[in-house]
Amino acid sequence: MATKILMFGWEFPPHNSGGLGVACKGLSMALASRTFEIIFVLPKRVDISESRLNLVFADIDYNIKIKAIDSLIYPYITSTEYSTHLSNGYSPIYGGNLMEEVIRYAVKASGIARHNDFDVIHAHDWLSFPAGIHAKKVSGKPLIVHVHATEFDRTGGKGVNQEVYDIEKKGMEEADAVIAVSNFTKDIIVRHYGINPEKINVVHNGVDEREFNHNLLPPENLMRIKEDGTKIVLFVGRITLQKGPDYFIRVAKKVLDHNPKVLFIISGSGDMEAQILNDAAYLGISDKVLFTGFLRGDELNQIFKLADIYILPSVSEPFGITPLEALMNKTPVLVSRQSGSSEVLSHALKADFWDIDDMAHKILAVLEYEPLSRCLAENGHSEVKGINWHRSADKCISVYNKVLDSFNNYKEKIA
Amino acid sequence: MPAVCLYFQVHQPRRIKKYRVFDIGKDSNYFNDDSESDLNNRRILEKVANKCYLPTNKIMLELLEKHPEFKITYSISGIALEQMEEFYPEVLKSFQDLTMTGRVEILSETYYHSLAFVRSKEEFRKQVSMHRDKVRRLFYQDPRVFRNTELIYNNELAKELESMGYEGVLAEGADHVLDWRSPNFVYKPVGTERIKLFLKNYKLSDDIAFRFSSRDWSEYPLDAPKFASWVSSVNGAGEVVNLFMDYETFGEHQWEDTGIFDFLRAMPGEILKHPDNSFVTPSEMVHKFNHVAELDVPHFVSWADVERDLSAWLSNPMQYDALNKLYDIEADVLKTMDKDIIEDWRRMQTSDHFYYMCTKWFSDGDVHKYFNPYETPYDAFISFMNAFNDLKLRVRDKNKKWSII
Repeated sequence: MATKILMFGWEFPPHNSGGLGVACKGLSMALASRTFEIIFVLPKRVDISESRLNLVFADIDYNIKIKAIDSLIYPYITSTEYSTHLSNGYSPIYGGNLMEEVIRYAVKASGIARHNDFDVIHAHDWLSFPAGIHAKKVSGKPLIVHVHATEFDRTGGKGVNQEVYDIEKKGMEEADAVIAVSNFTKDIIVRHYGINPEKINVVHNGVDEREFNHNLLPPENLMRIKEDGTKIVLFVGRITLQKGPDYFIRVAKKVLDHNPKVLFIISGSGDMEAQILNDAAYLGISDKVLFTGFLRGDELNQIFKLADIYILPSVSEPFGITPLEALMNKTPVLVSRQSGSSEVLSHALKADFWDIDDMAHKILAVLEYEPLSRCLAENGHSEVKGINWHRSADKCISVYNKVLDSFNNYKEKIA
Repeated sequence: MPAVCLYFQVHQPRRIKKYRVFDIGKDSNYFNDDSESDLNNRRILEKVANKCYLPTNKIMLELLEKHPEFKITYSISGIALEQMEEFYPEVLKSFQDLTMTGRVEILSETYYHSLAFVRSKEEFRKQVSMHRDKVRRLFYQDPRVFRNTELIYNNELAKELESMGYEGVLAEGADHVLDWRSPNFVYKPVGTERIKLFLKNYKLSDDIAFRFSSRDWSEYPLDAPKFASWVSSVNGAGEVVNLFMDYETFGEHQWEDTGIFDFLRAMPGEILKHPDNSFVTPSEMVHKFNHVAELDVPHFVSWADVERDLSAWLSNPMQYDALNKLYDIEADVLKTMDKDIIEDWRRMQTSDHFYYMCTKWFSDGDVHKYFNPYETPYDAFISFMNAFNDLKLRVRDKNKKWSII
């Protein structure tokens, strides 16, 4: 009989704002293809249509049921930002602040847990942890919490929200097992939350090769920029503290001092956009920094293909799927050592996010030495094909088995 | 019978420091890392000397005193010798003490432990002659047997060496070269008159060098009597047993706590317990043994990796590009007649630089990763190419000066 997983998430592609939704989809699809039955619970934003999501899965015949709960939950913003979000015209169905949303989600989760049959509860990140805990309380089934990011990553360790921290900590304590997306994240969980390392399992994220169209070409208009030998360095991600866009700009300045024929593209949006524009102007490189806004799908892949190197300068990156996406498009990558993906990539250049000189030095080398760029792209491309969601699902399944084994042993003992 | 030839390679490259694009034209010291990293050549030499060279040489000296029949052969690259002179003269002295016994033979090789034979015959001959001078000056020996960098070998090398007056050459006894033949005989290379070919018995050599401390190995733990019995079992099925390996096997690749030094202390005595066994050096083998057959090796073989070919140094575009560019400037470099420029160019020819750029098996975390002082092969390439570009500037500036005069 198929093991049934009650999974709590909060975003799902194409209605995602970042890598979290991608990860939830990639993992649950891979699990569903292995005789696991997934009930995927999603707090619903008003513009997400349930039928459409059902249709996505009906298409490919996976055993995923989508349950949506009405609420406005946005994974990356802090509680303060949430209030701003609301005053900008977004209307919540329920509570007026993020914490109320989380609690409502948890209350709804109890109902879902009562009316469904399942073996394990799997909750993705702090917003769904209270939901997971409630589901565990009403069902008595084991709980696994999956940490894709912590409050320390989101805030860079400055201005950690106590309420969020408490929820994260409680979730991990109540859980029968914790899944961390990297050793980097596992370290943070041990160091800042005091969780027993033996309870924490590392399951790295993956990437789905089928999502990439290998015949895609870079945008023609932008290719013209490269006709005179101009090289392109790319940043993709939310323009926010955690992702290190300010370091990217300082690296850009350093690179341009040595090689003026380089263009820097920033693809994404976020709270630091104005600051980054100002920084570029202040450094006198505004004409060399291009903003594309938030891109997804083929448009994003086209930009990856256009770039000569992709940089992930994150200050604190639990995983970071974008370098994998860059390599899928055969673009060499330079990744911050303060990232989870640097643990799974051998054929990548690595640097500390704060080491502007080192990053500039490596970028210049890739732009200058064609054999280097070719080896990084080709070897990285073959490597990344092996970093897929099936690999992640395998590890996830062994966590399920471990948890179910001790759960059943316990049941036998008290019986 | 059999006669055991124990030959050890001693080599340390001058690793290129982390050399940035920003340093080009400003810093011409490529090899002077003084950090705590594994690119600090002085630090590495001191570490390896204390773990391996000094303690092992001490044991070897005791063994030579204890067993009058015991003999050892070394090849020590010129670039290793000059670093011993510069950083740790005591190590050089300990090797000299060994040769003073008269039962330690030093072989000939390229001074820079380079791939010169693969790219430039002329440069190859120069480096061989530089090494001969160094060996003559430090050890008062005139080597008559040659071993090329990492046992890189083919027919052409044998012919070249014969024309240079060598009487013997060492090579890997690779399966794809030997086929059904045994490495335990002396061969003659195809197309030569009298030079002799000595082949490594890789099975017995690797039992010590690679498998000694491997707990997954069915023969673990290996002790001296067991090993001696394997050597003796060659009796009748071979005349020689060539045990060729890196000297760093003792204490550096196999740490002291594996028992490798105890094994070494006991091994010669155990081998000599069988009255038919003996120890020889390659130049003795030249006179003692006739070749049993010709051996045809048209393509390069080496002792590196499972492939036993050139792929450790030449298998990806970075390695090809770096090596080609380096030899492309040969004529311009020599034209400068600048001692420092020529020396830096030669130091950059050391095969290790190209080995560090190898991406083969890199993600599997194998020996290439273990022996790589750089974080990735890409970092090795970047430092090399940046330093190379600085060298090119120096060559250009110097030759410009000459043309004005």
